[in-house]
Amino acid sequence: MKVTLKVWRQENAAAQGAMHTYELDGVSSDMSFLEMLDLLNEQLVTSGEEPVAFDSDCREGICGMCSLMINGQAHGPEVTTTCQLHMRSFNDGDTITIEPWRAEPFPVLKDLVVDRSAFDRIIQAGGYISANTGSAPEANSVPAPRDKAMRAFNVATCIGCGACVAACPNGSASLFMGAKITHLGELPQGQPERWSRVVDMVGQHDHEGFGGCTNIGECAAACPKEIPLDVISQLNKDLRTALKNGH
Amino acid sequence: MAAGTHYLPGLTATNQPSVQTSDDAAGYYELGDKIVDPHAPTGPIAERWTTRKFENRLVNPANRRKLDIIIVGTGLAGGAAAATLGEAGYNVKSFCYQDSPRRAHSIAAQGGINAAKNYREDGDSTYRLFYDTVKGGDYRSRESNVYRLAEVSANIIDQCVAQGVPFAREYGGLLDNRSFGGVQVSRTFYARGQTGQQLLIGAYQAMERQVAAGTVEQFTRHEMLDLIVIDGKARGIVARDMVSGEIETHLADVVVLASGGYGNVFYLSTNAMGSNVMAAWRAHRKGAYMANPCYTQIHPTCIPISGAHQSKLTLMSESLRNDGRIWVPKKVEDCEKDPRDIPEEDRDYYLERIYPSFGNLVPRDIASRAAKYMCDEGRGVGPAIEEQQPDGTTKMVRRGVYLDFADAIKRLGKDGVEEKYDNLLDMYERITGENPYEVPMRIYPAVHYVMGGLWVDYELRSNIDGLFVTGEANFSDHGANRLGASALMQGLADGYFVLPNTIREYLADGPFEKIDESHPEVKAALDAVNERVAKLMSINGTRSVESIHKELGSIMWEYCGMERTEEGLKLAIEKIKALRKEFWTNVRVLGSADSLNQDLEKANRVADFIELGELMCIDALNRRESCGGHFRAESQTEDGEALRHDDEFAYVAAWEWGGDSNEGGKPVLHKEDLIYTAIELKQRSYK
Ligand SMILES: Cc1cc2nc3c(=O)[nH]c(=O)nc-3n(C[C@H](O)[C@H](O)[C@H](O)COP(=O)(O)OP(=O)(O)OC[C@H]3O[C@@H](n4cnc5c(N)ncnc54)[C@H](O)[C@@H]3O)c2cc1C
Ligand code: SF4
Ligand code: FES
Repeated sequence: MKVTLKVWRQENAAAQGAMHTYELDGVSSDMSFLEMLDLLNEQLVTSGEEPVAFDSDCREGICGMCSLMINGQAHGPEVTTTCQLHMRSFNDGDTITIEPWRAEPFPVLKDLVVDRSAFDRIIQAGGYISANTGSAPEANSVPAPRDKAMRAFNVATCIGCGACVAACPNGSASLFMGAKITHLGELPQGQPERWSRVVDMVGQHDHEGFGGCTNIGECAAACPKEIPLDVISQLNKDLRTALKNGH
Repeated sequence: MAAGTHYLPGLTATNQPSVQTSDDAAGYYELGDKIVDPHAPTGPIAERWTTRKFENRLVNPANRRKLDIIIVGTGLAGGAAAATLGEAGYNVKSFCYQDSPRRAHSIAAQGGINAAKNYREDGDSTYRLFYDTVKGGDYRSRESNVYRLAEVSANIIDQCVAQGVPFAREYGGLLDNRSFGGVQVSRTFYARGQTGQQLLIGAYQAMERQVAAGTVEQFTRHEMLDLIVIDGKARGIVARDMVSGEIETHLADVVVLASGGYGNVFYLSTNAMGSNVMAAWRAHRKGAYMANPCYTQIHPTCIPISGAHQSKLTLMSESLRNDGRIWVPKKVEDCEKDPRDIPEEDRDYYLERIYPSFGNLVPRDIASRAAKYMCDEGRGVGPAIEEQQPDGTTKMVRRGVYLDFADAIKRLGKDGVEEKYDNLLDMYERITGENPYEVPMRIYPAVHYVMGGLWVDYELRSNIDGLFVTGEANFSDHGANRLGASALMQGLADGYFVLPNTIREYLADGPFEKIDESHPEVKAALDAVNERVAKLMSINGTRSVESIHKELGSIMWEYCGMERTEEGLKLAIEKIKALRKEFWTNVRVLGSADSLNQDLEKANRVADFIELGELMCIDALNRRESCGGHFRAESQTEDGEALRHDDEFAYVAAWEWGGDSNEGGKPVLHKEDLIYTAIELKQRSYK
């Protein structure tokens, strides 16, 4: 099939960006969206134009490296990552608009590549359980109730892609943060640091310039791992409890 | 010399050093001196590691702050090491090419991680895990290393649970586990189909905690392009800031490579797009030995290739083999039919038929070759794909076998299957557009993991002083084949428990002589890298980097893939030499060197893949035996099973860089005899 691509090109963080239009033929419906971009790049190299920079690594939906706003939606029209979106979701002759994640804390580095290191800094603020190597008790000495462990697992699947932020009109990272708070908070091992964790992570989140959550729900709708909106309620509840108890 | 007497005093060897009589690779290499592991432990196998941990010197906490460690790689091996060494109080600088350490390739591992916990009371033990691993590796790994791996495996689970890794649990809240290819006990711990992700997030979080504490400094989007060696010691790296393009030097007292495997030499593999050999290969060119490079693991359960546009292959965890049954039609004419219309009696459950005691759970190399033979016979399923034959002609072949969940759905219900394997079956549907709950899945082998890597001794030291290598980047623990769920185990064992204990011994010699950026060797390394980058930017030929990588991949898969022959390998070496010339005279890299430039990144990696590919072929050519992931057609039993030659090849092939082959350089082969004392070498049989 044949598609028309409108792609955001931007030389570097400081440069002014603009949309460029490319015609691409010979697209197979079995291709992933990124393989379609590979094809575009091969065409650009042949014609002597610099290929479009975009992030990807695992290409199987788990590393969280790929991004892209496709026709205004984070990761495109389906609930999945861009690398797992296939061209069979589009029609012959479609015009497709491709832009980078747009959020102030995620500055564009080049073309479609953005800097998401703010997420690492939120984790540094408390998104872990302090357990020095070698000091761990026998694993089965602390049983974890199965339903809690299941919930912890379900939200631990967050891949840190940032689609939630890109989709949110406020640029909030509450879904990402709520997923981590809930993952660690559901497990017996996560209790000792539960209250300081939420206060510190929220502090860093605000410091990075992410917006506040107003319960619009675009984040959960865009999340490729279907992290449920109620992790944000959990986040707020834990934050309230922590503040009430003076953490 | 009697076997083993020089470094294993007091122990009786079960085998003699091998004597190679064949010399298929004559003319392609030089024979160097034999080597031994200078730090091989002695004494009863079960006490070796405990003794070593005690004997290795300590570093006073006040001195640790003054010691700098560079770790390249943030996967399980590198991330866990950074966290642990940071906790211990050393100054750690951690590098990765992704935008965050959390995205290292380890994140993609699906199936699980082994540990000898014996929670099921099904006869598991440290010794059995050790035994299974040595046997599974076709007796081409080191006994002491593997025993240590089995020994620390149980601590890994404890450590990860304490960090909050959400492993699968039973109703009572205790940990669940399952079995994996090549073994008959249930020792694999898992987090649905996302075990690697959960383990990596655990290590990543532990590492980020140390970043906050100031002991670990992380350099993301930084790629190591060379190793700095001063007075015979590794003292730093040259790295490119992938955003600004700046080439920087980073200095330290010791360098650890945890940079993963090189399966992408085949172009199509299950590895992440950026996985590369550059860090290891640059160290090799600086003198580090590359061991057993030809041992490639081909994984039996991947989604078959769908066309020429494909950029990578996706693995379907082999845990699926626990419940899925593998078959092909008995009759060639049934191959085009809807599988649901093929009656039971016309299906050939070939693994259950040929290997009745292991059935669908035979090790990966056996399952992979069996699938290939079924398709070679014309009984493959799925779309027919045009395949290039060695003689240059093309042929249409169906490359797929069924992995059928119908029985499992009957037994466990659709919900039961979904709960056990959830995202795997969804992922299959997303990629192929077919629903695996209704139509059997189609699978085919793909390149997955490499057992070869930089040579290390028992202490994880390479032969360059001060250069340690961990995880998939080293060669030591898996032999010629890797059993499922043991790479994650090795990565974390190395990172959390082994390296932190062995690096002490090296660092106890500190403080080391201070060096700075003005040292002539540092400048020389920097200049060499700048020159290479400038050269790549200036060729400005007509071929894209991608097209050269694809061509290399097809040579490697055709001649150094699932089956290798003397003739094919010799042809491949010539083709690779020509391709290398083509690359350095006709590649086209656009954009500029001083900005984010993914084409340049790729060109740097592909240049090294080409050189590595040639060495892999030479190694495969020399090894005229079949073992594990290396199958030489000239060496098989009458019924087509792999035939090992312990009398000739029970050694590690450690290759030394011998100069540019296009200028007459030849790699130098150093052999390290594999001497066993606890285990007796046997032909592997899974019948
Ligand atoms: C799809 C898939 C499924 C798998 N499933 C399983 C499983 O179920 N069980 C199991 O045991 N094993 C499994 N494996 C194998 C296992 O995942 C890997 O062998 C293991 O994760 C390797 O870990 P590592 O830490 O050695 O390296 P990696 O995780 O590959 O990390 C490499 C690191 O090095 C960095 N790096 C590389 N080169 C450079 C450079 N030049 N400069 C700077 N940084 C660099 C990268 O950024 C990355 O951080 C699977 C593998 C794949 C591909
Ligand atoms: S919550 Fe969802 S959208 Fe947000 S980072 Fe995690 S996986 Fe991505
Ligand atoms: S490339 Fe890893 S999630 Fe898309």
